[in-house]
Amino acid sequence: MTAYAYFPGCSAHGTAKEYDRSTQSVCAKLGIELEEIPDWVCCGASPAHAVNHLLSLALVAKNLDLSPSDTIVTGCAACYNRFKTAIHALQHDRPLWEQVKQIVQPTKLNGRDFRVFHLLEVIHEFGLEGVKERVTKPLKGLKVACYYGCLLVRPPKVMAFDDPDNPKKMDELIAAVGAEPVEWEFKTECCGAFHAVPHPEIVLRLTSNILRAAKDAGADVVSVACPMCQINLDLRQLDIQKRHKVTFNMPVLYFTQLLGLALGISEGELGFDRLIIDPRPILREKGLV
Amino acid sequence: MKQATEREQLTRTDELPIVLTEEARKFTEEVIRRSGERVDWCYQCGKCTAGCPVAFAMDIEPSRIMRLVQLGQGERVLKSKAIWLCVGCQTCTTRCPQEIDPAKVMDTLREMALEKEFAADKEVVTFFRSFLDNIQRYGRVFEPTLVLQYNLRSGHLLQDADKGPLMLFKGKLPLRPSRNGAIVRKIFDALGGRRQ
Repeated sequence: MTAYAYFPGCSAHGTAKEYDRSTQSVCAKLGIELEEIPDWVCCGASPAHAVNHLLSLALVAKNLDLSPSDTIVTGCAACYNRFKTAIHALQHDRPLWEQVKQIVQPTKLNGRDFRVFHLLEVIHEFGLEGVKERVTKPLKGLKVACYYGCLLVRPPKVMAFDDPDNPKKMDELIAAVGAEPVEWEFKTECCGAFHAVPHPEIVLRLTSNILRAAKDAGADVVSVACPMCQINLDLRQLDIQKRHKVTFNMPVLYFTQLLGLALGISEGELGFDRLIIDPRPILREKGLV
Repeated sequence: MKQATEREQLTRTDELPIVLTEEARKFTEEVIRRSGERVDWCYQCGKCTAGCPVAFAMDIEPSRIMRLVQLGQGERVLKSKAIWLCVGCQTCTTRCPQEIDPAKVMDTLREMALEKEFAADKEVVTFFRSFLDNIQRYGRVFEPTLVLQYNLRSGHLLQDADKGPLMLFKGKLPLRPSRNGAIVRKIFDALGGRRQ
């Protein structure tokens, strides 16, 4: 199997180190080869496209130029969205592409046909059966609300990730490792994203709604595939408790942490202790750690 | 020439009942040209507003922004808080029956607002500026100085001050920034050094 060029995204070296680490260990376990893009830079996230279209395209083009492979994988839903959106725009607008080339001065971009995947797609594509075969500790009895958020699935014309209203890829992976995905309605509702900084009250309202829906559906934990969603749903539970006097006590794990647990990767390597709402009590209750 | 039928009379478009001033028309045209989106196709079904997760906090809801753009009400649109509250979740873009991309229109409106130095939502503008400065400096986001800079510039000095030690304890804060700032600065320079 050829190696994927791996774009970790900024959070992977900060707030989401446990995502990066569990990604690497799960991929190693499955024999999926990742090669980090050397000297990668920020994709621009929301602030770049929100105020300067050309900048948002140029930052992605720069990373493509640095990429050792035409097949790229990232674990961040926001980076994934920026990459796919920029590639889509550049492919459909020649003059725009010429403009971006002027800005980036690429050396290795010509004639390359890039494909960008989210980690969920790569592991799903690897095969549910293949994952199932390697499970050493089925997550029996653990009810999981799979949360996809906005940017993996929307806009569907560009992302073409899964059913935009009721995506299933994460649910299928979670089921493959023996856990029980719950049916719920908030899979693709927005967490408020960057408003955590300028308007935290918006994020508290949106994340409260998501966490309440997960709880009502009977979930023990929420599973996510984006560092931004994770921190909004996990860290902000402290503010929800303080300001709204509501306690959810709902652990929010990266899907790679759950897969890793089932594949027999050690607790320390998966970084459960880095999460704000500690998942270990519920995992212990289910006899999983 | 054949007499126009009643229906043809009713659907004539050469003299629309809404007459835009030259200035209003220029605004509408500029938004359509720059965003590449046919805002004039919007027929006010309201789906974008109904699905918008932040409409509750907006001064002017997305569907009304679209209508105001059609009517060339540049100043009202560019001075609204709504264009800064749009979080880019793409729900409207996914659902618009006219296949307009309102989230893209919002991007264009923010660009135009900044060019006119309108920044109706100080917090969001300050955050975006701090973020872009941060990646120009380091190449990748370095959370500790990003939060610090935002707090200093916005005047919300103690916001999330309680989170710092916890995040540090949890190993969720990077200790050293990336050194790829030069790569990003080159791109900003090529864009004319516009820091936005």
